[in-house]
Amino acid sequence: MSQAATATTPLPATARRGGNIGDIIFEWACKGSGLLVLVLLGAIIVELFIAGLPAFRAFGLQFIWSTEWDPVREVFGAGVSIYGTIVTAILAIAFAVPLAFGVAFYLTELAPTWLRGPVGTAIELLAAVPSIIYGMWGFFVIAPAFAAHLQPWIIDNFGELPLVGFLFQGAPFGTGIFTAAFILAIMILPFIAATMRDVFLQVPPVYKESAYGLGATTWEVMKGVVLPYTRVSVVGGVMLGLGRALGETMAVTFVIGNANRISTSIFGPGNTIASLIALEFGESETGSLKLSSLLALGFILFVLSFIVLATSRYLLRSRLKA
Amino acid sequence: MSSTTETGVADTASQSFGGVQARSEVALNAPRIAIKNLEFFYGDNRALKGIDFLIPDRQVTGMIGPSGCGKSTLLRVLNRMYSLYPGQRATGEAMIDGMNIVAPDADLNALRAKIGMVFQKPTPFPMTIYENIAFGIRLHEKLSRAQMDERIEWALSRAAIWDEVKDRLDASALGLSGGQQQRLCIARTIAVRPEVILFDEPTSALDPISTLKIEELIDELKRDFTIVIVTHNMQQAARCADQVAFFYLGELIEVAPAAQMFTAPKHPKTQEYITGRFG
Amino acid sequence: MSISLTAGAVPGPRKDPEVAAALGRRRKRTNTIIRALCVGATLIGLAFLASILITLTYRGFEAMSVRVFTNVTAPPGSEGGLLNAIVGSLIQASLGTAIGTPIGMLVGTYLAEYAKGSKFGNLVRFVSDILLSAPSILVGLFVYQILVLPFGGFSGWAGVVALAIIVIPVVVRTTEDMLTLIPNTLREAVIGLGSPKWKMIVLICWKSAMSGIITGILLAVARVAGETAPLLFTSLGNNAWSTNLSAPMASLPVTIYSMAGSPFEDWIALAWAGALLITLSVLALNVLARSVLRTRK
Repeated sequence: MSQAATATTPLPATARRGGNIGDIIFEWACKGSGLLVLVLLGAIIVELFIAGLPAFRAFGLQFIWSTEWDPVREVFGAGVSIYGTIVTAILAIAFAVPLAFGVAFYLTELAPTWLRGPVGTAIELLAAVPSIIYGMWGFFVIAPAFAAHLQPWIIDNFGELPLVGFLFQGAPFGTGIFTAAFILAIMILPFIAATMRDVFLQVPPVYKESAYGLGATTWEVMKGVVLPYTRVSVVGGVMLGLGRALGETMAVTFVIGNANRISTSIFGPGNTIASLIALEFGESETGSLKLSSLLALGFILFVLSFIVLATSRYLLRSRLKA
Repeated sequence: MSSTTETGVADTASQSFGGVQARSEVALNAPRIAIKNLEFFYGDNRALKGIDFLIPDRQVTGMIGPSGCGKSTLLRVLNRMYSLYPGQRATGEAMIDGMNIVAPDADLNALRAKIGMVFQKPTPFPMTIYENIAFGIRLHEKLSRAQMDERIEWALSRAAIWDEVKDRLDASALGLSGGQQQRLCIARTIAVRPEVILFDEPTSALDPISTLKIEELIDELKRDFTIVIVTHNMQQAARCADQVAFFYLGELIEVAPAAQMFTAPKHPKTQEYITGRFG
Repeated sequence: MSISLTAGAVPGPRKDPEVAAALGRRRKRTNTIIRALCVGATLIGLAFLASILITLTYRGFEAMSVRVFTNVTAPPGSEGGLLNAIVGSLIQASLGTAIGTPIGMLVGTYLAEYAKGSKFGNLVRFVSDILLSAPSILVGLFVYQILVLPFGGFSGWAGVVALAIIVIPVVVRTTEDMLTLIPNTLREAVIGLGSPKWKMIVLICWKSAMSGIITGILLAVARVAGETAPLLFTSLGNNAWSTNLSAPMASLPVTIYSMAGSPFEDWIALAWAGALLITLSVLALNVLARSVLRTRK
């Protein structure tokens, strides 16, 4: 064994000298591409900031919370769309997390082995359906169904509640914040569920066996051992879903109702940064303050997404290592 | 070591076979678990073949044999751990308190409360020391806070770790050393007051000092619990066990009181294994 | 050792089988309820997928006809099709993938073969992961700023670049993952034979990771084939037949978007036909990607 090793040692050295130029070029091609990715992200941030600068200059910091959006008077503010972006994303998380947990729990502990693959794939395919398809489905199928059935029922039953009733009042349009959040929830469900499933599977079986050995039920093992064990990564998965929900464009544009106002009811119309950009960009003239305001909105959206996605990735770092 | 002298087993016998010191002859108690014609299958692969033997009450039964001989499999049959995995099944009888452990309709949660298990690697849950012990108790009993505190102190004391952790019950169990973690897991198991405790090579991941502590503990625990221990270490089997069972290729080759097993094994395979000719 | 001091009777109430049994029944009931809820959650997820597919099939097939593939888009009521949009999507998606894939592969190779644990490598990995999940509409805005504004207008090329930027992180992820799976002993064996490192990577590592890398490329194509937002401000759309990459170019998603939002019945129907086409191809690509990966194992 050691003989063979000494016999072959000189060979690679000479051969490497021969492939030296190739090695240098290849390594730099790889490294250069890596650098390109960094530059790309940096350039996106810088370009959006520069393009949004006229708007930031014109309106100052007030741009961020001002709720006005008046193309006639040329007064623009990001308040409504930031509000809509955050509210829809958080509502979407509230809808999606319990579902995603149920799916992940089912796929890791409950489903018969032969069913795990196909069901897991089907749920993952939800992530592959293009955003615009969700938009059309939401607009032509979900919104009319909500307008006819779900929303009137909720308004009748919850609209009169003290303290929280105002959240459920208004007319059942079908479209609006609630519907947008619902569609977003379905879109981010597969991402959260897949992360949860992966981290649940990383819990060493012997820990689960220890809990089963004490007489725990499947749910008690999940609650008592698996969840505490994977807590950080689970939150990371939720943040990933949140990051995706913040910037989702086409689906939201179809169903949110596109009105520049903050309504107290979750059934009211609204907009998000992404939907506002998608809708108004085509009607903005080059060099106009409106276009600059839209790009400034893009910059704000990027910062929001970056913070959330970076947090998610930080929380998921242990999973990435494994 | 007052405890061992109290129970009168500290004087290990001078007899030896193959260099292994066994404790002196101890009469075996009445059986706690009666295993009859037990077979176990991983899919179509028969891993245990017609096992018959009795596990004496409040004594230590050691199970030895080379890797893959079925000793760990048998341990996992005794608290139905195998039921977690599809394709694994057992037939035959393993009776405890008039109930057949391997019956398909057995109440697994109740069974596992009665038959606890300690694993090869320490498995502290990612929570505080206190919560680690309370986890199992809460599954089966409703105790007041004071009762719970008392029970947890009792369990930790029985596992000989109370003095080391009493000031940091709210600290994470993950911060304990390997040996402490293993004693914590023992405390967690005895806290639910099982009747039988299964040990699956409980010291193979520990240093010699921690190993000694666990062995002393096992010796102490048998006053109240029936103990079954799987071990690779023949010295350990000789030190701890009152009865020893030798497994080979899924069969029970020989079972005998420890002293007899290590001084006069009947089966040639057992002789070979004990004298270290294979395994 | 203080064992014997406390080794006495178990404190607390005596073990009461009645209490344990009652508690056991409740615990089992909770367990059963939660299991049922989880099955329910999974069924709901599957129901969404089914609802989308059924809606698409139903409305899409209703509107499907030969002219969808033979005619270009036309004003409402005049027997238009989607030919220009389909071709435009094919051109942009394939060029975007063709540009993005080599870059992504090189970055993934850098991360797996050169940058193990290096600070720069970790930064690249982090940034690539952010790009993977960043809002795609922002990529559109970015390309608008750097290509559309300075070079005099919307163009197919701008759309291609936007899609390429989206392809890169997808390919980076799968390339790195697949290369990491290759055992180091294989690398050592090749280097031991006297091969330079780049040949080892290209001829051996890439080759053994090929099915994984192909999976990544297929997934990237599937991803960009359905992207709408980054094309809105780059290739814009074109109602006439055009394969000129320097002019605005139609794409299926953008065409669907404008048609579905219109008040015209025949345009909406055409949008459903296009939606069915996109979804079928995207899902087919996904299933294909998975089966490529599976045949390797």
